[in-house]
Amino acid sequence: MNQPSPVPRNFGFGSEEEMLRDLARQFLDENMPVEKLRGLAAPDPEPIYDDGQLPGWDQQVWNQVIELGWPGLAVPEHLGGSDFSLVGIVGLVEEVGRHALPSPLISTLNASWVLRSAQTKEADPFLQSLASGTPASLAMTGSRGGVEPGEVDVEARSTPAGVCLDGVSFFVQDASKCELFLVFARQGEGLKLCVVPREAAGLRIEQDQIHDVTRDQATLYFEGVEVNSASVVSDSGLATLQRAWPGLLCLVSADLCGTSEWQLQTTVEYAKNRKQFERPIGFFQAVKHPLVDAMIEIDRARSLLYHAASLVDADHPDAELSARMAKSAASDAGAYISDRSVQLHGGIGFTWECDLHIFFKRSLHNQALYGDGVHQRRRLADFLVGPIDR
Amino acid sequence: MGESGLTSEQIAFQKHARGWLEENAPPPPPIRLPLMAIEVMHEAQRDYLQSWQRRCYEAELVGTDVPREYGGWGREGCQRIANQEMSRAGTPFMINIVGLTMAVPTILVHGTESQKKLLIPGALTGEEIWCQGFSEPGAGSDMANQQTSAIRQGEDWLVNGHKVWTSLGHFAKWMILITRTSKEHKYDGLTYFVCPIEGHPGVSVRPLIKITGETGFNEVLFEDVIVPDSLRLDEVGKGWTVAMTTLTYERGAAEGAGGGGQGGDPTQRLIALARESWRDGVRASDDPVTRDALVQQAIVYEGIRMNMRRAKVPALNDHPMRLPLQSKLTGSEASQNAARLGVEIAGVHSTLYKKDPKAPEAGHWPLAYLNSYGGTIAAGTNEIQRNILGERVLGLPKSK
Repeated sequence: MNQPSPVPRNFGFGSEEEMLRDLARQFLDENMPVEKLRGLAAPDPEPIYDDGQLPGWDQQVWNQVIELGWPGLAVPEHLGGSDFSLVGIVGLVEEVGRHALPSPLISTLNASWVLRSAQTKEADPFLQSLASGTPASLAMTGSRGGVEPGEVDVEARSTPAGVCLDGVSFFVQDASKCELFLVFARQGEGLKLCVVPREAAGLRIEQDQIHDVTRDQATLYFEGVEVNSASVVSDSGLATLQRAWPGLLCLVSADLCGTSEWQLQTTVEYAKNRKQFERPIGFFQAVKHPLVDAMIEIDRARSLLYHAASLVDADHPDAELSARMAKSAASDAGAYISDRSVQLHGGIGFTWECDLHIFFKRSLHNQALYGDGVHQRRRLADFLVGPIDR
Repeated sequence: MGESGLTSEQIAFQKHARGWLEENAPPPPPIRLPLMAIEVMHEAQRDYLQSWQRRCYEAELVGTDVPREYGGWGREGCQRIANQEMSRAGTPFMINIVGLTMAVPTILVHGTESQKKLLIPGALTGEEIWCQGFSEPGAGSDMANQQTSAIRQGEDWLVNGHKVWTSLGHFAKWMILITRTSKEHKYDGLTYFVCPIEGHPGVSVRPLIKITGETGFNEVLFEDVIVPDSLRLDEVGKGWTVAMTTLTYERGAAEGAGGGGQGGDPTQRLIALARESWRDGVRASDDPVTRDALVQQAIVYEGIRMNMRRAKVPALNDHPMRLPLQSKLTGSEASQNAARLGVEIAGVHSTLYKKDPKAPEAGHWPLAYLNSYGGTIAAGTNEIQRNILGERVLGLPKSK
């Protein structure tokens, strides 16, 4: 980490990246203000939590997002995408997190990132399809909630036409909104990466009941799902996932940084306006100082995030190390500002009518996704301190 | 190094600095050096560090961006590079930290032409050591509550008062001094001087003893001290404004005239300690709790480095002072937590004082931990820093 890194000192965040971020901020301010989000995602708790209804989202906004070309940001230009730097995409995803946008955008960006990392011809038509707006999601997590490449519970068996899949994939993000799933399936020692459409015969999608109201999540049951060889996009799925991993960690960290900044600014506004003892409560250092501490944690996470993304863009060997640092910091910052945002709002912050809970739960979900801070630090310790000598 | 964003002059300078430091790393010091310049106590330490600063000055690593007419080297945007290279090389710090990072930048902003020519060259070479007179028994966090008085007497001022926590005062030729010239107004009644210290009639410097039992800073008493009006910086009653310039540099929110050197990331040193320390029958480096703490430490230090980098990308800063104003707070707390972790890893061995030959690393960690409170209290306590950040950056109402 002490060597000078061969990456631009501004992380590669130039005028194009700034324009994309500012456009995203403006578009989402207009199209997903918090009043609208509240009405869509959290009108009443009963239908979602008692009756198992999926929280709402705005299909029209998603159509506009497709027109803006965001699903194709990570897709090469000759396949219809804009081949943006990860640093630029991260800037946009921060805005998505700041507006807690419910949409299949993040899952589709993740899927395109993995497809790109497959580095095969077979991936190209699917990259093209994603860039044109087909929503997709990753199916890569096993029953133990394994959040590292390769802990899958789906088996692939060779058939004359391709492979046949049996097993279960857990914690598939925004599955109800997606048309394609990128399934990691074990075959012998290796992993195959297959693309399975949601209508495939033998695929059953069972929605999970989750806390977060800005997304959905499902368990995918594969019972003899036939995949033709054109849809087996990689025979070296493990290598693909390992290449993609730092980028995936950056994307979820960016979403976390975005929700955290919204929570910070919203709580700061409340502390300026809410009066007790004839003063705005932000006068009191018991309120002011934790908000400063939260800002410091968020800034640490953002700086580590942009550094990590710039290393991913540069294909730098320290990219994974940096991305794990970013996810650790972003998860911990998210946990801290979530905690303080509710506590410093007092009674109102504890209610459904206050918007805080929407961001709290999106953050909580993202803190756990792909490994929380403790998990990342366990892996980092192997890098930095060395493996445990048993 | 593939680092874009540097001009060709800066790239050439970086090459020069790196090359010079590689070839001219100083010999080991005659006695152990403290962690920071503000803790330099002994003449042998001073002599060693003064000669190192002079060599760095002559190599253009100090005073790099200061105009040539004031003894500097007239470059642009190169001091930061010199500081980084000195940190990277792990060479000793600059002893004249107050002169380089506070007095020189303040004089450049607020001084007259003749003040600049009189004061800056000696600060850059290290020949004239500086100290800071901003703290008093009744003016700590409430810095504007200065009671040291300056009363006009013709072309001179008569100064009486008491300054405390004066690091380097016992070696100092000069002090940056805030005085009260009017009792009518709290802030607008302050005036800023540079005051001769060594051998100046009426000035006495007495050592104060820290919690470690070591000296390292002083109190300075002023009894009918005469300061010529030519040593006043900026106008009478403008002392608070001048002091704010000094503090902007002291707290690391702006680049000074030098001061790079040791004091970087202690992670590798802590990991080495963990490999040699035992905890319940296993090496501390194999203990999951210790490993987590070490990685947390590494993340904090990497975060500080990346904050410095992000602070220079305007598009990634919604508020321009949001990152710069954090640096004193995050840096001092990182050092404190690192030292505390060193104490924990060393376990029962950290009971040993540095004079005990059995003490690991010559008793470094417990002393560093005790001394770390200097960092979290000095230059505006971290509680004051949190007020400043909450008020100036987040826009929360003032806590006073």
